[in-house]
Order: sequence, then structure tokens, then C-alpha cells
Amino acid sequence: MNIGYYPGCALHGSSVDYETSVRACMKALDVQLDELEDWICCGATAAHSINHKLSVALPARNLGIAERMNLKQVFAPCPMCSMELKKASDELHADPNLCAEISEIVETPLVGTVDVWNLIQVFQSVGYDNIALKATGKLDAFKPACYYGCLLTRPPKTVNFDDPEDPTSMEELLSKLGASPVDWNSKTVCCGAGLTLCDEAGVARQVRKILQDALDSGANCVVTACPMCQVNLDMRQADAKKLGLAQDVPIFFLSDLVSLALGLTPKDLDFQKRYVAIPNELQKA
Amino acid sequence: MSNPNPDLKARVEELANTRLSDCYQCGKCTAGCPRGDVMDVPPTRIMRAVQIGNVEGAARADSIWRCLSCLTCSARCPKSVNVSGVIDALRQISVENGYLSSSSVKITEFQKSFLRNIRRNGRTNETEMGVDFEVRYFLRRFDVMNALNTAALGPKMLTRGKMHFKLGSPVKDKALVKRIFEKCGVEL
Repeated sequence: MNIGYYPGCALHGSSVDYETSVRACMKALDVQLDELEDWICCGATAAHSINHKLSVALPARNLGIAERMNLKQVFAPCPMCSMELKKASDELHADPNLCAEISEIVETPLVGTVDVWNLIQVFQSVGYDNIALKATGKLDAFKPACYYGCLLTRPPKTVNFDDPEDPTSMEELLSKLGASPVDWNSKTVCCGAGLTLCDEAGVARQVRKILQDALDSGANCVVTACPMCQVNLDMRQADAKKLGLAQDVPIFFLSDLVSLALGLTPKDLDFQKRYVAIPNELQKA
Repeated sequence: MSNPNPDLKARVEELANTRLSDCYQCGKCTAGCPRGDVMDVPPTRIMRAVQIGNVEGAARADSIWRCLSCLTCSARCPKSVNVSGVIDALRQISVENGYLSSSSVKITEFQKSFLRNIRRNGRTNETEMGVDFEVRYFLRRFDVMNALNTAALGPKMLTRGKMHFKLGSPVKDKALVKRIFEKCGVEL
């Protein structure tokens, strides 16, 4: 399978380990990634807080690049990027005048033929059963709390993915690979990553609340498909411990666990870059 | 309370692409808000203020800058009102009119540093953005503890290869990115 690939800024910065993990996993699944030529930032929260038009234009530029490259699907591993790309696409579809104006602003004709996928949707298109067939080991030791955060399922009409209150697509995949995902309450509670440099105290409280719920529900790790959730839950865990978080919680990317099941090693996945050390029993399937 | 301003109310509806009169004050947005407990004016009351035309009062509230943009309120609204979109619109109006509350300075400075960084590089260079933000914020507030707290992250990130002084693959057409910002009328 060949799909377009929009890494987004985080995967070239503080979440380089996510890009390593995603690329290793896709290679193991024979999914070829065609990176968008000269892609630019999607604008994230800052753009839509300060200038609405900019928040459409920046993602639209990337959609235009994908159209020029004749790509039918673009995989954006960061849910913020994939949501912003989808939202811009919807707005351009809904309003021909806006579409014409934005096409002019971004100097690229926009037609609106590109589908945007998150990480889980890539796994779904490969097929959970096909992934399980390729697996060389079982994730027996893993009792993950699957964490969706905000933007994988919200806004529901834009992302049109899973149940916004009780999503289960990660649990289904990981169960097929031998893991025992726990049932828990905080799977869609915001971790506050967007304000991690602006409101440290508030963010630490969110992180503690979420991770303590994971522990209380019997999890031995948290799995996410978002670079900002991962880095925030991982890096801010020291602050959460000061607020009473009982113990370390290793934070994985979904692609890490799939990769381990496919026989890849911690070195292939940059585990040494994580803030909270990953215990030996969770380093292999 | 300031005077009702119908023009600003219409602008909020347009920016948020939602109908303000649909809100019937059930409070579900506030009940599910992860930040409701630290807000001076919670989402339900923000909605009411805007409904009766007190856009300026709502745009001056500290709470619109406490919002995490997690979209739980919009997803759960029984009338499908885009509550988080209304908060976004109020932030934009607040920035345009200089209505900033004292605790919003840090967040708006951060967002401006973020956007300046994209305008310059096309992609975020987190190290450069972080330094730009911390220096500007320090110069406005002389907040020594904040500078030290953030500086403490540096070594942690460096030793994990998570801090980069140059972009791995820089954008080639940076001039285009600058033109996009200009044409959208972004002033930073």
C-alpha cells in the first residue's frame, strides 16, 4: 500500500521517537509513505486562536500539495494535524467562496479530493486481522490504558472516527495482538498538552488525574496515538508525582506496541528517548 | 457590564459558524469542562453573555484563556452549539482589541511566538520558538521562576535528542509562507 505522509512539526522535533516508531512500523507492514513535498506547519491551536483564515490556509496549502502529487490519502500521525487538515477540507467544501479565496492565498488550486487518515485508520485499512497474521509475538505482558485524548475523536463531525465518548478502536487492535487493555474512565479527557509551557501547574493536575485513573484501573502502561499527549504525559510525570501520582507509568505510542508484536526491538523504536524508563518486561512481545 | 454590541455578536456567530440563540443554558458544557474549576466565567455563562450581546465582557474574561481547546463542550452540547468555536472567536476579538486579562499574557505571547516561528521557518523549530517565547515573556513580566522552570526542561530534552537547533528538513519556499501570513492579515 502507498499513502501520502504528512509528518507535522512535532515528529521532526520533540517527538522524533514517534516518527522513528511510525516509519519502522509502516515498513514492517509494507506500507510505503510518500512524504508531502515541502509541507508546512498546520498552524495548530495558535492559528485558530488568533486568526481564523490562517487556520484554514495553512492546512489547505498541504492539502493542495497532496492534490498536486495525486495522492488520494494523506496519513498524519499527529491527531492535531489530521484534525486541522480535515477541518480545513470541510470548510473549503462547504463554502465555494472561501475555497476560491484560500486557493488564491495559498497559491495552489484546491479541489478537495484528499482523504486524511490518523494512525489507527492506517491500521484499519491494513486490516487488524492481517496485522495479527504478521505478528511474531504476543503482547501478553501489556495491560494498556488506551488513551485517545481530544482530537482523535473530536470534533466528532469533522474527524468522523469512532465513538467520541467511549472509543474502542485501539483496544480492539491491541486485544488481537494479545494485550489485555483495561476498562477506564479517562480515555478522552484532555491532558492539557497545548498549554504545557504556559500553565505548568494546571497541566500537572491533568496528567496526575489521567495517569492515576490508569493505575487505579489496573493498567501497567498508557498507549496513545498522539505525539503531544505522549510527550506531555511522559515529560510532565515528574510534576504529577509531586501531586501524588503513585508510581511511574510508561507511555507508549500505539505504533510501538504494534511494532513489538511484529518483532521489532526497542532500539528500532527509540525507547531510550522516553522520559519514564520502560521496564524490561514491556520491551518485547 | 459594557454595552451590547450587535456587530460583535454577529462576528462571533460568523467566526464560530454557530447559532448563539440555540443555547438554552443547560450547563452541560461547564459540567464536562476539564478546566471549569479554575475559570472565572465558565462556558455556560460565556455563552449567556454573548447571547445578550455582552461580547466585550466575555472577551475580557480570563476563562477563555484557561480553555484547553479540548472540544468536549462542543461535542457534548445537546443543541450542537460550537461552544469552543465561540471561545476561539472571543480570543481573536480579545487579541484584536487588546482586551487581554493579566493571566492571558503568557498564552498569547506563546501563541504569537509559535506563529512568528512558522512565519519565519514554515515549520516549528521548537527550540527557537521556546527561546523566543521565554525571552519575550521574561521581558514583559520579569518572571524568574517561569524562566528557570522552562530552562530545567532543556537538559532533559537535550540528553534524549529531543531538542534541535536546526530543522531537520527546512521548508524550501519560505517566501510563500510569509505571503500566506500577510494575505490573511496576521499581525504579530
